[in-house]
Amino acid sequence: MSLSLLEGNEAVAWGAMTSGCRFFAGYPITPATTIFNTLLRIMPPAGGICLQGEDEIASMGYCLGASMAGLKSMTATSGPGISLYSEQISFAIGSEIPLVIVNVQRLGPSTGSATRGADGDINFMRWGNSGGLPVIVLAPVDIKDCFVLTMHAFNLAEEFRCPVFLASNKEIAMTKESIDLDAVEKPRIIDRIQSKEENFLPFAVKEGSMIPEFLPIGGKTLVRQTSSTHGADGYITTDPGIISRFQNRLKNKLESAIDSFSFHASFIEENAETLIITYGVTGRAAKVVIDEQKKAGKPLSLLILKTLWPVPENLIRDKAKNAKNVFVFEMNMGQYVCEIERILPDKKVKFFGRMDGRLITPRQIMEAISNE
Amino acid sequence: MNSLLNTGRPPVFCPGCSHERITKALDKALSNMGLSGENVVIVSDIGCSGLFDTFFNTHAFHGIHGRALTYAAGIKMAKPDLNVIVTMGDGGLGIGGAHLLAACRRNLNLTLLILNNFNFGMTGGQFSVTTPPEAQVGSGFLNRLEKPLDVCDIARSAGAPYVARCSSYSGDLPDEIEKAVRFDGFSIIDIWGICPGRYTKRNKLTPQIIDESLAGLSSCSGIVEENKRIEYGHNYREISSKLKKVAPPGGIRAEFIFPESDRQEVMILGSAGQRIITSGDILCIAGITAGLNVTQKNDYNITVLRGPSISEIILSPDDIGYSGIEKPSVIIALAQEGVDRRRYVFSDLDESTLIIKAAGVDIPESRATMLNVDFKTRGIKSQDWALVSLAILAKIKKVINVDMLNASLKLVFRETVLESALELVKRVEI
Repeated sequence: MSLSLLEGNEAVAWGAMTSGCRFFAGYPITPATTIFNTLLRIMPPAGGICLQGEDEIASMGYCLGASMAGLKSMTATSGPGISLYSEQISFAIGSEIPLVIVNVQRLGPSTGSATRGADGDINFMRWGNSGGLPVIVLAPVDIKDCFVLTMHAFNLAEEFRCPVFLASNKEIAMTKESIDLDAVEKPRIIDRIQSKEENFLPFAVKEGSMIPEFLPIGGKTLVRQTSSTHGADGYITTDPGIISRFQNRLKNKLESAIDSFSFHASFIEENAETLIITYGVTGRAAKVVIDEQKKAGKPLSLLILKTLWPVPENLIRDKAKNAKNVFVFEMNMGQYVCEIERILPDKKVKFFGRMDGRLITPRQIMEAISNE
Repeated sequence: MNSLLNTGRPPVFCPGCSHERITKALDKALSNMGLSGENVVIVSDIGCSGLFDTFFNTHAFHGIHGRALTYAAGIKMAKPDLNVIVTMGDGGLGIGGAHLLAACRRNLNLTLLILNNFNFGMTGGQFSVTTPPEAQVGSGFLNRLEKPLDVCDIARSAGAPYVARCSSYSGDLPDEIEKAVRFDGFSIIDIWGICPGRYTKRNKLTPQIIDESLAGLSSCSGIVEENKRIEYGHNYREISSKLKKVAPPGGIRAEFIFPESDRQEVMILGSAGQRIITSGDILCIAGITAGLNVTQKNDYNITVLRGPSISEIILSPDDIGYSGIEKPSVIIALAQEGVDRRRYVFSDLDESTLIIKAAGVDIPESRATMLNVDFKTRGIKSQDWALVSLAILAKIKKVINVDMLNASLKLVFRETVLESALELVKRVEI
């Protein structure tokens, strides 16, 4: 046993180190800065590289270069930085560059409130890229998730060659909690598959696979990377057939695999008519509510989603199958609820949101449900 | 020497484009150096300069407009032995201005070839940061309103240790490129050229005019003496190698008995400089020494030594779900500004909440149990009020006990600070 008191951001940093991350670049921004501070302290002595970019766009550029040169890479920011990341996120999606992006969400819009929490970027992370292709977004609930989901984020980035977001929130990131890192069950570490092909093509996929094998820029075999629409050889193509197969592959490689990474916590009561669906720090208040209601003999079900994108549709349908009413709670004005309504057209879907810099309380959740 | 040109993909520039001369000069420089493709990466920007990587059998990275220097820096830090060549036009120079300044200041061993042809060729000849005001370009009258910049002047003043300027038509171009690539640090060559597709359709520019213009400018022939210094990557690795490895977090043992039976919520309301956050840490770690789950949320202004400072702590033998505080067991009220920021909690309190209040602090009316402490007359300094309040709790065995508090202090403080903290706790009488 080795107990410690850590911020969520520090747990993210240690999760990255444990995953084998050896490159970080970021630009200071509250409430994400302590990820940079921690990694600057722990990564260079371990042989890694931690840089402060001249801006967010540059920070992402450094990470993309380093990732293509073979290093597991991460950056961290908040909403205003995600806005600037956008062009590079599109690049990482289209050019299949593994990368972990931590978004410590703060109250928006715009510069908003630097030290107040929110989950206001949930749709922005999914849709804030040109081309609209899918990304992976994981949402931690507490300090343990900050560590474990960061490790999963690296695994997914490596396995699927894509950017993976960790949708943190000031309320988790800058809250300190007790944790026993030794006792945390850690996922097996996955590394990108290194190609052994003699005639290596940087974007070729083998039969039965949807993900190109990797070789680093700077190795013995020449590697091409490009942000332009490309064929298997990494040169620009105008062939509609090749382009169509490529776009479909980028979409399907993530969406077809979602059942293998639908992280969640669920507490399903057989006799409960109401299912609460939420994510992030709000999951903690919701858990308090269902525990209290169970004691009071009025059971409710709860699904806390930890994978938000691609939408884990099968998981949501399965957990909701016995519920009549579904209540979605979000620290925003209503974003993910649109997905729930889309997936569960036969259920009565209700929404409660709060976006004033304060947590949704157990009492508010209870009142919202009772008022129905 | 072997050419690194990709014979399968010959240059596709407009007839008469000086980029083609630069392509050949770059190839000549690389082959004169005896480099093979695996030793080189060409990082190309957007526009016609963005085609360069496709003409060579080297590693290649083609990204977004103006950002080429950022990708190049990531690659170079990850692969220090690789020769990293960046090709960028005068367009990229403008949109990527911040990255250029950063690269000059940083001095990472990259070579930047600026393919300066005074306009945005690919999009229709709009004006760039180097377009002369008298030129007729695709941006109407707008270029007449702005002063073009001299990238060499900027690079020198931003700290670039190697800055050269030459014409695409110079016979020395391969040698110029080779010198820049061999230089151990950030090197720039501002290469002036002609864009026949756009620029010279409406403007007169010939190799001779370029030579005459260059002759009228300050000389830039390579090494900038006043900017000579150790290369960034070497420096980074040297400093890093001397840093001590940091052990993973841990080291707190659960060894004491919690004096309470259930969840305890504590608010410490003070002002900056009163060591409120440190006291929150101490209370949390004290909780962990009794095997408790703890959370701590802090609230303070961005200014230092001014404004409210608040720490909200939960200690619980059970998992802590909701991490907000709804009904505190203890409020430690040490400064008015901290109290004022949490005024809304007081009205709902009953006698089960203990308020430790510093003399002189006004708190809203409540039914809570009050303990007034006149720290000043006891001779306790303001920055110790929070710790003394924790010592009071420990001595009345509320939330923590003295064993937990002392164990925590031993984990948080060292040497003389620790001794004085332990002494302070010992002296506290109820």
